[in-house]
Amino acid sequence: MSVNTGPPSTPEDFAGGTSPGPTGSPVLARSVGAGGAELAAMAPSAGADGFGGGRRWEFLHFALRNPKLMIGLCVELIFVAVALFGPLLAPYSPTYHGTPGLHPSAQHLFGTTYPFGTDVFSQVLYGVRDSYVVGVLGALFAGAVGLVVGFAAGYRGGVLDEILQLFTNVMICIPQLVLLIVISAYLTTRGVLFEGIFIGVTGWPWVARAVRAQTFTLRERDFVDLARLSGRRAVSIVVKDIAPNMASYIFLVFVLLFASSMLVAVNFDFLGLGPTNGLSLGDIMNQSTLWSALDLHMWWWFIPPGAALTLMVLALYIANVGLDEVFNPKLRQT
Amino acid sequence: MRRYFTRKIITYVVAFFLATTIDWAIPRIMPGNPVQLYLSKFSITTEAQYAALQKLISASFGVNVPVWKQYLDFWDGVLHWNFGLSFYATEPVTHVVFQAIPYTLALLIPAITLSYILGNRIGAMAARRKWLDNTVLPVGYLFQAAPYAWLALAMAYYFAARLHWFPVDQGYNPGLLPGWNWTFIGSLLEHWFLPFLTVFLVSFGGWAIGMRNLVIYELETDYARYLRSLGASQRLVRKYAYRNAVLPQLSGLALSLGVVVGGNIVTEVVFQYPGLGHLIFLAISDEDYFLLQGIFMFIIVGVLLANFIIDIVYVLVDPRTRLSMQGAAA
Repeated sequence: MSVNTGPPSTPEDFAGGTSPGPTGSPVLARSVGAGGAELAAMAPSAGADGFGGGRRWEFLHFALRNPKLMIGLCVELIFVAVALFGPLLAPYSPTYHGTPGLHPSAQHLFGTTYPFGTDVFSQVLYGVRDSYVVGVLGALFAGAVGLVVGFAAGYRGGVLDEILQLFTNVMICIPQLVLLIVISAYLTTRGVLFEGIFIGVTGWPWVARAVRAQTFTLRERDFVDLARLSGRRAVSIVVKDIAPNMASYIFLVFVLLFASSMLVAVNFDFLGLGPTNGLSLGDIMNQSTLWSALDLHMWWWFIPPGAALTLMVLALYIANVGLDEVFNPKLRQT
Repeated sequence: MRRYFTRKIITYVVAFFLATTIDWAIPRIMPGNPVQLYLSKFSITTEAQYAALQKLISASFGVNVPVWKQYLDFWDGVLHWNFGLSFYATEPVTHVVFQAIPYTLALLIPAITLSYILGNRIGAMAARRKWLDNTVLPVGYLFQAAPYAWLALAMAYYFAARLHWFPVDQGYNPGLLPGWNWTFIGSLLEHWFLPFLTVFLVSFGGWAIGMRNLVIYELETDYARYLRSLGASQRLVRKYAYRNAVLPQLSGLALSLGVVVGGNIVTEVVFQYPGLGHLIFLAISDEDYFLLQGIFMFIIVGVLLANFIIDIVYVLVDPRTRLSMQGAAA
């Protein structure tokens, strides 16, 4: 691993750079390993300006020629368009009551529910939006907390590092979904905003761990030493010298956080703990279970919302692999 | 080595402490008031009835004493595995939980270990066979992107409701008497298979992809190049690459526990499989807060124990930690 950092007596640090994503998924494994390789190749020459100048065009050049990134991005953009304009396109209101239990047909693309007869297609169009909102909020909050903790621990080191690492490791031991269930079971009204924030503030630990490991490799570099010698404040060094050198990595982290927040949210909503002021894809599946769609063989009630979410997440994963190849020259040839 | 375990144990003690505190504090911080909720389950007509019932319920919930005392009482309960009575089952919470734990473990332990072992094997194989790579990668990503709830619903619909290959409710056929006979064990297995497969498949994809990426990465490192230049066989180089790739996968296993446990909850709900997840679902819908508090503590203890086991395995697998044990330095 090129990202082995820190005192080699703690195995955690050996693996620090390659912690898999929060889905239990080593999706990020290569990104992180590769991130390190990229840093090694890039930092000395590019200095603090790793993401700007000519490189940006180089990235764009490779991005446009990367099929994984392009396919993933296109699918994702279609869903984003659905999230933005879906409610306008929806043939029925999500609370419309028609003939219950209809099979999919031209009038009702995904059939209708039972016993209320709402149009599943319209519900899915609405649901995509709420699922995205929760995903974005979750990613922003988890990313923010993870970055702050990771930078502080990695750059400062010492006692602060020990404390933050302890806190991070403690949070990793507490299953996110279980914690979320316990928190929200006591609430009678739950908003989309609330859900996004709570998913964010419980989903950051792996980000903190990964960012810390990356910061560790960078803080010993000459250009960081130089910045320190010039008497600049720590925050300014982190923001202007360290963060830009891992910009591509941070970007990948946000993509994965976005995907994982949506996944956590759908399972959470499925348990009936979803937003009471909205309708997410998980809520639709929850309702289908409550009205025993499974026993009634009404597959059109729970398959389309889940399939939509799976595609939204899958497109992000594939785009992520593509982005990784774009950012990391080592992966391009293969 | 000692330092390694000291750090780990401190982490787990703090995690246990924090989890217990959260478990205690959340019902008290959150706007909903459990006492009021329980009161609303009774049909009360007069003011006096209300006051009397409120007093009774407050006393039985242990919330009629100062807050610090409540906190100590809660710790006392946790340390004695006493979480009060379950409203839904009218039995001690510990009883209800103990009945559910075997089912959850029967799903989780095989699903986690098998997906980890097979996923790593297949992933390492995919790193050198193009055709396998081209199937494992997309399928792996698909299973990873699929929410547990949806995959479980799809399986339950297709294999159970549609094809009738498997049943979809409870842990065994309710017409059977539990016992050590083949009919009963067969029924257990039948009910177990689909939820197991769901949890297995989602994790499997992750491990396969992770291993594939790590092996490819390891094969590019200096030591692998050096070995090759010395004329070592492909087999040997791959063996070393695999061994090095297993380490990050193992710490990934510890990280993934939380997600698998969460996914397992949802899967059990879909299949109405009588484990802890299904119990959580019942506790939520019946507003059975004592049960919820108890299950939370049991899950935390389970996850911490599993983490500790992984730490021990890590030491056994990683020569570096073992070396620092022999050298006095660490």
